[in-house]
Amino acid sequence: MEKIIKGKAFVLGDNIDTDQIIPAEHLVYSLSDPEESKKYGHYALSGVPLSQAGLPGGGLTFINGDEHTSEYSFLIGGANFGCGSSREHAPFALQVAGVKAVIAESYARIFYRNSVDGGFILPFETSVKLNDQVKTGDELELDVNSNVLKNLSSGKTCNLRPLGDILPIIEAGDIFKYARLSGMIV
Amino acid sequence: MSMTITEKILSKSSGKNKVEPGENIWLDVDVLMTHDVCGPPTIEIWKREFGNDAKIWDKDKLVIFPDHYIFTKNPQANRNVEILRKFASEYEIDNYYDVGTERYKGVCHIALAEEGYDLPGTVLFGTDSHTCTSGAFGMFSTGVGNTDAAFILGTGKIWEKVPESIKFTFDGEMPAYLTAKDLILQVLGKITTDGATYRALEFDGDAVFSLSIDERMTLTNMAIEAGAMNGIIAADAVTEAYVKERTNKPYEIFNSDADANYKSQYRFDVSKMEPHVAKPHSPDNLDTVRNVQGTKLTKCYIGSCTGGKLSDFISAAKIIFGNKVKVPTFIVPASTWVAKQMEVETISGVSLTQIFENAGCVVAQSSCAACLGGPMDTIGRATDGESIISTTNRNFPGRMGSKKAAVYLASPLTVAASALTGAITDPRDYL
Repeated sequence: MEKIIKGKAFVLGDNIDTDQIIPAEHLVYSLSDPEESKKYGHYALSGVPLSQAGLPGGGLTFINGDEHTSEYSFLIGGANFGCGSSREHAPFALQVAGVKAVIAESYARIFYRNSVDGGFILPFETSVKLNDQVKTGDELELDVNSNVLKNLSSGKTCNLRPLGDILPIIEAGDIFKYARLSGMIV
Repeated sequence: MSMTITEKILSKSSGKNKVEPGENIWLDVDVLMTHDVCGPPTIEIWKREFGNDAKIWDKDKLVIFPDHYIFTKNPQANRNVEILRKFASEYEIDNYYDVGTERYKGVCHIALAEEGYDLPGTVLFGTDSHTCTSGAFGMFSTGVGNTDAAFILGTGKIWEKVPESIKFTFDGEMPAYLTAKDLILQVLGKITTDGATYRALEFDGDAVFSLSIDERMTLTNMAIEAGAMNGIIAADAVTEAYVKERTNKPYEIFNSDADANYKSQYRFDVSKMEPHVAKPHSPDNLDTVRNVQGTKLTKCYIGSCTGGKLSDFISAAKIIFGNKVKVPTFIVPASTWVAKQMEVETISGVSLTQIFENAGCVVAQSSCAACLGGPMDTIGRATDGESIISTTNRNFPGRMGSKKAAVYLASPLTVAASALTGAITDPRDYL
């Protein structure tokens, strides 16, 4: 796992549900076929209403043209990120699109579990509202060891909530690797 | 040693005498349920992780219902059902309910109840957020993703954080114009879509125990809309009668202790409540039907695990009987059993199916259908610019197929009354 993650931010609002992250009509594609699974990256965040894409003025593009990866490595959300369905395709789609970490005030339980147990993205929590401090396109640097997020564009830093009990799963890679390391499964 | 019903069931499943909220524990899973959208990737992860000679921990505890993308020409959707079919055949999964056969059931959460998999005191995980529906049987049930499901498939175990509980007590007698949907919409309006994140929602009170199993499932179904881990209603004589009609499997009834700890408690008198809707674009955007009365509609939809049960169609038929609908109205029975019962149940000698067809409704085959949009050829799917009232569970942007559609969530009574006028209508005008 990378301990220092650098990249650009894409900013979103509260209650980004899984239909906004990956609309249900796209859930038919294979998640393991290397070519076909790129569709998940291509359609990542395609359900976000245009007026709210990249806030505050909206209308910003997460995926350009027919690409399947995004120029943004961070998503900055508000409260209840990933609410709605149980689809693991949601954190998977973000990973395919190149997202490394989401930083939000809170997460829906299943999205959070999926992100961690599947090893797709880092779901960090912040106790302050960041989506009105960070602008889409800002350059960020996340230190996973010290839980500090630096906004290189504005010069501000923010302490994130430590990952706590789930850190060993993230460090191992996913729940299976963790279970093997801890001798739970062979 | 006082505990809530959720804590008691989790204690039993984790082999501990007592568990406390916030504690991470490992659970023994009684049933794992999956479907056509999340089953294939779950199987893939299971094989990747446990190898080609991977073993299912207990194949009698695995239940598979194809239900999401069933009646479609979409090749990838059909390929997913084919993957399930092959898997079920190769591993001799008795609890597989294939499409195009007599065994096909329809929407998983309702089929779990009908087929006797929902048992008081047990622990059920499913690859679907609405798995919390089964909590209507006094059991712990919750949704997980493919990776967690693959882990369960190989080990029969999964970790969970013991949730704090929030209790909603409903007292009083249910008026004829009210359904469980009106109750849960008010819960959501009160605590919002993240008010119960990582918590249990426990429903209690005379009004709750006066409800049928169908109606109780409407309450627990939408616990996830408040972010809850699980929704739960203690089992009573009504639950036991329903279960015993369907299975002779053992179960154990748990009840919360009188002095159990709750994060918070709310109390409602249902006799004073009125019909409610959730306005676009969130299930917690609560308002009374009276306040939005007259809002023009392009479509009405009665279906899904939330609003496509037999009781929902009996309610709707009471209003639609002998009338004509003014806008396209879709009737989607959650399960094939519900569809069959709609032929049997009558009002003044006319079957429910006939009542809907006579009124000009489209009666579709059982599946999840347009509740979650689905492939482009899904019946009832929302299109740009539409204004829809629906008995389903979510109205986030795009949920029913178009992010440019406005979706109102309401009870089957309110949707039926609205179908007759083509605008949002209070069911009290017809009852």
